[in-house]
Amino acid sequence: MAASQQTIETLRSLGGDYKYGFVTEIESDFAPKGLDEGTVRFISAKKDEPQWLLDWRLKAFRLWRDEHAQAREPTWAHVTYPRIDYQEIYYYAAPKAGKQPESLNEVDPELLKTYEKLGIPLTERAALAGVAVDAVFDSISVATTFKDRLKDLGIIFCPISEAVREHPELVQKYLGSVVPYSDNFFATLNSAVFSDGSFVYVPPGVRCPMELSTYFRINAKNTGQFERTLIIADKGSYVSYLEGCTAPMRDENQLHAAVVELVALEDAEIRYATVQNWYPGDKDGKGGIYNFVTKRGACRGARSRISWTQVETGSAITWKYPSVILQGDDSVGQFHSVAVTNNWQQADTGTKMIHIGRNTRSTIISKGISAGHGQNTYRGLVRIQPRADGARNYSQCDSLLIGSKCGGHTVPYIEVKNPTARVEHEATTSKISDDQLFYCRQRGLSAEDAVTTIVNGFCREVLQKLPMEFAVEAQKLLGVSLEGSVG
Amino acid sequence: MLKIEDLHVEVDHKEILHGLDLEMPEGEVHAVMGPNGSGKSTLAYALAGRDGYAVTRGRILYRGRDLTAMAPEERAREGVFLAFQYPVEIPGVVNANFLKSAVNAVRRHRGEPELDAIEFLKLARQKLKLLNMDEALLSRPINVGFSGGEKKRNEIFQMWMLDPRLAVLDETDSGLDIDALKIVAEGVNALRGPSRAILLITHYQRLLDYVVPDKVHVLAGGRIIKSGGKELALELEAKGYADVVKAAAA
Repeated sequence: MAASQQTIETLRSLGGDYKYGFVTEIESDFAPKGLDEGTVRFISAKKDEPQWLLDWRLKAFRLWRDEHAQAREPTWAHVTYPRIDYQEIYYYAAPKAGKQPESLNEVDPELLKTYEKLGIPLTERAALAGVAVDAVFDSISVATTFKDRLKDLGIIFCPISEAVREHPELVQKYLGSVVPYSDNFFATLNSAVFSDGSFVYVPPGVRCPMELSTYFRINAKNTGQFERTLIIADKGSYVSYLEGCTAPMRDENQLHAAVVELVALEDAEIRYATVQNWYPGDKDGKGGIYNFVTKRGACRGARSRISWTQVETGSAITWKYPSVILQGDDSVGQFHSVAVTNNWQQADTGTKMIHIGRNTRSTIISKGISAGHGQNTYRGLVRIQPRADGARNYSQCDSLLIGSKCGGHTVPYIEVKNPTARVEHEATTSKISDDQLFYCRQRGLSAEDAVTTIVNGFCREVLQKLPMEFAVEAQKLLGVSLEGSVG
Repeated sequence: MLKIEDLHVEVDHKEILHGLDLEMPEGEVHAVMGPNGSGKSTLAYALAGRDGYAVTRGRILYRGRDLTAMAPEERAREGVFLAFQYPVEIPGVVNANFLKSAVNAVRRHRGEPELDAIEFLKLARQKLKLLNMDEALLSRPINVGFSGGEKKRNEIFQMWMLDPRLAVLDETDSGLDIDALKIVAEGVNALRGPSRAILLITHYQRLLDYVVPDKVHVLAGGRIIKSGGKELALELEAKGYADVVKAAAA
């Protein structure tokens, strides 16, 4: 895509400070630890929100409080973790521990080495490492260029808090329409205390000319713990959105419970890609991030399409099922995923494809790689509702095991209530064969490069779905995340 | 170039090679022939450094260095190439990308300039043409869906691209029809040179009609029991292994 390449070049030459969204500076005071009604009101007031939104948050909070009091936090996933104390968390602007590095010289050399291995451009490393960017780069110009370009096309791309103020009718119409606040424990929590996130609206017939959020990479380190993203593609429009970053992301906040809602109207298409490398914890598995996310897309209109592509290599625990509700006739849902668990990481991830309209199609390609003591579970649901004539689904779940102490599990649910449906499911479980490893080494590749090569081959189908420059970084990321797994 | 002294190799705690001696100077082509189970593939794997093939005694001197101390990729970068008898499939890994990484790993090691994508493709196309192979092979995943003959020819192609000093061909002729055999033979012959040594491990005399060896060794019972010129291969063809082995034991 010429447009996005040009975008990258411009950004790299400017090396700008790409503040997350276009958030205006917020004072750094913060709510005290813990969660009660006061916290919710505090957050809402801080963001200057209208009454309807505060009411919505409060409804969510009260539901969550009840659920929590009745110990209804879900425990069915194939993951284990110590009980979360919700009163020990900061829900708004946690104070940053320690001071920011003044320059790259003060940054942990191991971190810099990782940036090198991932091929992250030099100009972006400082920002990623948390070096006080203001003093170094000029920020305004780049942000302005983007905003103008999108504005000309009528595309809205701003922080959700800004959207609430500037486009309340859109937010009110769609917020919670795909993931209602009562959906699940963590979505309820998110609805009460979400701090920020992206809002995207693409008007009818408009094709968004650039990969949105490409430039968010730089400031991903400031990503909030309870993000709320809402993307609406109006009739006949197209948008491709990428969240996340291959660079290892640390955060004082352990629990990340984001919610992402996608709405695609007639003939519209939304592509959402995630490359995530949250801190997975130390070698004993302590201190990593819990990534408990609810992501769902609604193909509301006929012939609409939504595709989720994810590369999850980080987090101590990954618990997410990006799903698609195929309401519109002839709508299409796709899920492509690579999930890596090494050391003590755990993942319970997959998708739900709900076929409601006629002649709907869904494709699921899941590649799970386990190494070390990692536990990797694919959990998927394909549900064909009674009126979903002509529904078709194809699922392929492949597990790759490296070493003898890890686990790969597949939990597919298939519920078919329409006799004209066609559902296909294939699953494989394999180890990296000694023959393959030896073949690579005999040609001159080191043992580690051999593993990376074979693993990338295993994941090729999924990696091809990513925007090109991220596909290259994702390949390197797979290598980095499997370091030390073959010994 | 290659000097194997009293080599004992164990696989799964069972000794397969019982004191094998072999010497191969630069510029020559040697053939090692033997009945099934004599240890031919074991020799090939021991030279390439495969895990599970333990050298319990003896040395393998390659250009003065002891190979047994080197990891497989190190041996490869030093110029040891093994054309596998049963080349393995690696799904999703494109031939061209893989080979380019390998070629550059070797070049880096030798202090030679690495090839960029364009240079690599140019070189690859050249070699493919000479080997009468389809360029489409470059964009296919390694060996996936290849016929037996295609796999063997892919091995020869890789050999050309990697430019080894010591090429060990493990039963490269097995499973090939006459035409494929001729192409493979041409490929091997084209690699003959004063600074290269080629070791052909084979069952049958057929390949040796086209790739004429300087010396032939008979491997039986885990060691070389007889060595001779190319006529030895013809003798084996005529008499069979049993007779020759018996005669040597006498």
